[in-house]
Amino acid sequence: MELHTGSKLEKVLKSGQLGVTSECGPPRSSDASGVVEKGKLIKDHVDSINVTDNQTSVTRICSLAACVHLKHIGLDPVLQMVVRDRNRIALQSDLLGAASFGIQNVLCLSGDHQSFGDNPQAQNVFDLDSMQLVQTVRHMCDDGKFISGDDIKVPPKFFVGAAANPFADPFNIRVPRLAKKIACGAEFIQTQCIYNIPKFEKWMEGVRERGLHEKVYIMAGITPMRSLGMAKYMKRAVPGMDVPDELINRLAGVEKNKQAEEGVKFAVETIQRLKEIEGISGFHIMAIEWEEKVPEIVEAAGLYPRPVFD
Amino acid sequence: MIVGEQKPFEEIWDMVKGHKKLTVFGCNTCVAVCHQGGNKEAEILASLLKMHAVQEGNDIEIIDGGIERQCEHEFFESSREMLENSEAVLSLACGIGVQFMATKYEKTPIYPALNTTFLGDVPETGVFTEKCQACGDCVLGVTGGVCPVSRCCKRLFNGPCGGSSKGKCEISKDLDCAWQLVVDRMEALGKLDDYEKVTPIKDWSKDRAGGPRSFKLEDF
Repeated sequence: MELHTGSKLEKVLKSGQLGVTSECGPPRSSDASGVVEKGKLIKDHVDSINVTDNQTSVTRICSLAACVHLKHIGLDPVLQMVVRDRNRIALQSDLLGAASFGIQNVLCLSGDHQSFGDNPQAQNVFDLDSMQLVQTVRHMCDDGKFISGDDIKVPPKFFVGAAANPFADPFNIRVPRLAKKIACGAEFIQTQCIYNIPKFEKWMEGVRERGLHEKVYIMAGITPMRSLGMAKYMKRAVPGMDVPDELINRLAGVEKNKQAEEGVKFAVETIQRLKEIEGISGFHIMAIEWEEKVPEIVEAAGLYPRPVFD
Repeated sequence: MIVGEQKPFEEIWDMVKGHKKLTVFGCNTCVAVCHQGGNKEAEILASLLKMHAVQEGNDIEIIDGGIERQCEHEFFESSREMLENSEAVLSLACGIGVQFMATKYEKTPIYPALNTTFLGDVPETGVFTEKCQACGDCVLGVTGGVCPVSRCCKRLFNGPCGGSSKGKCEISKDLDCAWQLVVDRMEALGKLDDYEKVTPIKDWSKDRAGGPRSFKLEDF
């Protein structure tokens, strides 16, 4: 097993065991204790923890600072970086800063458009796109160079990830798009939340046909529904989200105070089913503002205890 | 062509109401096509301002005129006297014409009656859509003739993002996803395999980011 970083996620995935990640959204406050508390809630049940980067374009503590807080309590954070708010100078600078704190995972994303957030009047940057950011991180790590071609005195080391959304359109380029991200240097993939399992299976078939599952670690995205309202909202208003009517009906079929339980049950069933699919290397459990449910889901899905390395 | 939209009437009135004499001046090319800034629109706007002045008890004297293009010296000859005698001009040109006049008549206040909105086309009568941002380094040759800079709200060069849904953009169901259009075109051209070629990082120094741009024909 050849490891390029000290990342726990890299170690787990390369050891051939199913990886488990989760995510924490930083608070809208100068007090970071919220994200530290979230981290503590889930730390024994996941390998690494993604920290979102101003998700849905709402201003929060920056991902880098929140990652540093998690790193300080001994966790393995995944620095999410969107290309919406920072140009190549700032992105490369933040990557060096992250590496200087020992942060070893980065997830390269486009980012939601600012019109969804608290500052719809903001300028957006998009100097690079998410694929070009993957290329940039790999270039900095592997070649020891900045985009400009200048040498980096001490190059950073990152385990580099990207996202994939098999449910977005057009479907016919969703496998080629994954191939493109791998060609850019993505080492692991975290997918959009999976509710439409047949469609996900179809995408995975295409992935396997091209042997892409052997070139990248694919972590399936899981988000438990807290309520019927949440499911309906995600179906209606969240771009690129595919929530089938069967799930809506299933949640509608139980009493209101049992819907959260049913949502967790569905999440666990999804994991069980996806475990059977060849090419899935792990699970990315995004319990949005419901982090306390992550341990329960991980245990019920048979993903606990997490691997320990010396 | 350049597309503009008239500013709200109140905003225009607030800019000009302090003058005693005002020339409302049209630009009869690009912004005439979108019926916002041509000589005819200048005449109509002048009438509206005159009526409003009467209602407000403001004795401002308003005349109107116009030329074919406010961005080149030669077109100004026909209106030379009118403009030289103007206390202030409300220009219905795009931002280029307004600035050209402001340079040409350095002691005359020139006000913009339009917001210059975009470079666009006329897909159907009365509809105008943005198609170019003059980024200075055209990529249409590799994107099937669909511009990702002006038509993708994240200006992605290796799109589409995860928000593309049923051909529409994540920010609005009324907006086409540019990358859906790119993919459809590549498919129609039998070049879908080219989708996997990674478009390299863009040189934005040729864009606005590199500072105001100009070029000079050496033969002139």
